[in-house]
Amino acid sequence: MMSTPSAVSPEKIQPLDFEKPLIALQKQIEALATAQNNSEGISNQLQTLQQQAESLRQEVYGNLLPAQRLQIARHPQRPNTLEVIQALSPDCWIELHGDRAGADDRAIVGGIIEFEGQPMMVVGTQKGRGMKENLVHNFGMANPEGYRKALRLFEHANKFNMPILTLIDTPGAYPGIEGEQHAIGHAIALNIREMARMNVPIFSVVMGEASSGGALGIGVANHIYMLEHAQYTVISPEGCASILWRSASFATQAAEALKITAQDLTTFGICDAIIPEPQGGSHYDTASAFEAIAKQLKIGLATFKDYSAEALKNQRYEKYRSIGAFTEK
Amino acid sequence: MSLKDWFAQRKENTQAEKQLDAEGMNRVADEQYAKLWHQCFSCNTNLPKKDLEDNLDVCPVCGYHNRIGAYQRIAQLTDTFVEWDAGMTATDPLLFTDTEPYVKRIADAQRKSKLNDAVITGLGAINEQPIALAVMDFAYMGGSMGSVVGEKITRAIEQAIALNVPVCVVTASGGARMQEGMFSLMQMVKTSAALARLHDAGLLYLTLLTEPTFGGVTASYGTLGDIIIAEEGARIGFAGRRVIEQTIHQKLPADFQTAGYLQKYGQVDRVLKRSEIKTEMGLLLRLHNTSSGKLAHSQAYQQLGLTVPDTVLQAEIALHKQPALAHNH
Repeated sequence: MMSTPSAVSPEKIQPLDFEKPLIALQKQIEALATAQNNSEGISNQLQTLQQQAESLRQEVYGNLLPAQRLQIARHPQRPNTLEVIQALSPDCWIELHGDRAGADDRAIVGGIIEFEGQPMMVVGTQKGRGMKENLVHNFGMANPEGYRKALRLFEHANKFNMPILTLIDTPGAYPGIEGEQHAIGHAIALNIREMARMNVPIFSVVMGEASSGGALGIGVANHIYMLEHAQYTVISPEGCASILWRSASFATQAAEALKITAQDLTTFGICDAIIPEPQGGSHYDTASAFEAIAKQLKIGLATFKDYSAEALKNQRYEKYRSIGAFTEK
Repeated sequence: MSLKDWFAQRKENTQAEKQLDAEGMNRVADEQYAKLWHQCFSCNTNLPKKDLEDNLDVCPVCGYHNRIGAYQRIAQLTDTFVEWDAGMTATDPLLFTDTEPYVKRIADAQRKSKLNDAVITGLGAINEQPIALAVMDFAYMGGSMGSVVGEKITRAIEQAIALNVPVCVVTASGGARMQEGMFSLMQMVKTSAALARLHDAGLLYLTLLTEPTFGGVTASYGTLGDIIIAEEGARIGFAGRRVIEQTIHQKLPADFQTAGYLQKYGQVDRVLKRSEIKTEMGLLLRLHNTSSGKLAHSQAYQQLGLTVPDTVLQAEIALHKQPALAHNH
């Protein structure tokens, strides 16, 4: 069995900049509540502060900007792929390693789980918890070997009729010299083409950030689900800003302009369902976040249960075939 | 000579020239000079433009391959060509604005390049062998891949399957078009899924990678060719050189991501001079058509205004007779 990455206890959550006024208010409330004084004045004050905190919470979380959602999506304590795997299948996880051609890229992890009695192949980009793990998993930035391992596992799933689940959380493929030498572009291209040919249902869950070809290399699916604060983009807002605005400091504007939130992508017909998150993001209440993912996965499995291999391929083809915006004279 | 003298002399010269003009002498104006002469980017040799054009826009002195437009490429590769979907143009699904609105960039690009978007598709013939072509043009917004590029290439592949003809895509692109956000990323899937069908239909897919080919184009249809040809001198890669240098803090070798470098690392089958490409493509088509026994449908020849070969007619007649033959049994 896998080693369980420790869940974050709520008091150890690192607040984001825009959450700080809320945290300050909460501390005030806690200080008052723990005071041994039960006078009416204090309890009135407590009530006022609690009301203030509630309205502030609504204000902060009710109107999140795309750039703030991106901060949540990249939160270092956000549940990662191995933690989701552990939650979906606590008793069964057979991790499968290697591309059979000389490497095991740990930026992508994969293996077999049993979800509600259904054997499934899970493949995902893995962001580590802390520096040591992140170095092992290269911050979720895969090399060609990772995509080739993923393809091997997809083919295995196809052979044994296992539905595929991919979990996406990556800043993109790793832009390195060896990646180019070992044909990162071709590795991603081949995965896209071969995922289109799979006879089994494929579900992709965008968990945090999903950037560019690095995400797409494991992202061709019958259904794409996105966590409420997850973002899926053609290029990182920083990268886009540095090219189009000529400065990465315009990342906030780029995040807005690129329309990369789960809500935007649902409107565009790219995202098939949004998985709700606890207020403030999944890291505030991992248990309910995992439950929501499991619930959506169950719906997905039920949706495609009776589809033939041909029907699955056709549905997948049509999903992407219809995406595009153009006019004809 | 003092500066004062120099100015005096220049004034004198200018006046002399004006007089010559007035006298109707054939002084070649700068503008006309630029039209007639070309200075090579690589070896700095001044050449009459006509010499360059007669040499397929390859410098006759140093062999430097200048970028050429889609129509020029098509004229160089094919004997006849019928364009498909010529009137398709981009819309602005994100209402995207960076330092300029996307709609303005579209209008400017169309005016400057005299193209509707960054790819020309259609049916062509190389030595009387029909082939579906998609040729990208760097002059239109850096050959970036948006919805129009994805849709036209996908339709060309679908048409090729319907007509039972091979496909060749000629790439020239900086990658996905950021102004169309996720719509552009999804074109990688749309085109690759169509190529999956082409693959299953057993039809030949050739890619010709030209200067430059990067990003999402490399990571989808660019590198999915059964046979991949790179034009001499072309730079091809996934991540841009600058991005890699910034990530790994290393200077990259001068030949990094060139056609020759890619061949050294096993990523392209052939590196060819522009003058060799048509002959070799014609040969490849003949060899594969012969061995696979695939015959283009008569409609392909009819579209091109070519005589339908007897072999094709006989095969189609035999096909139509089949039900009758079956009945006789």
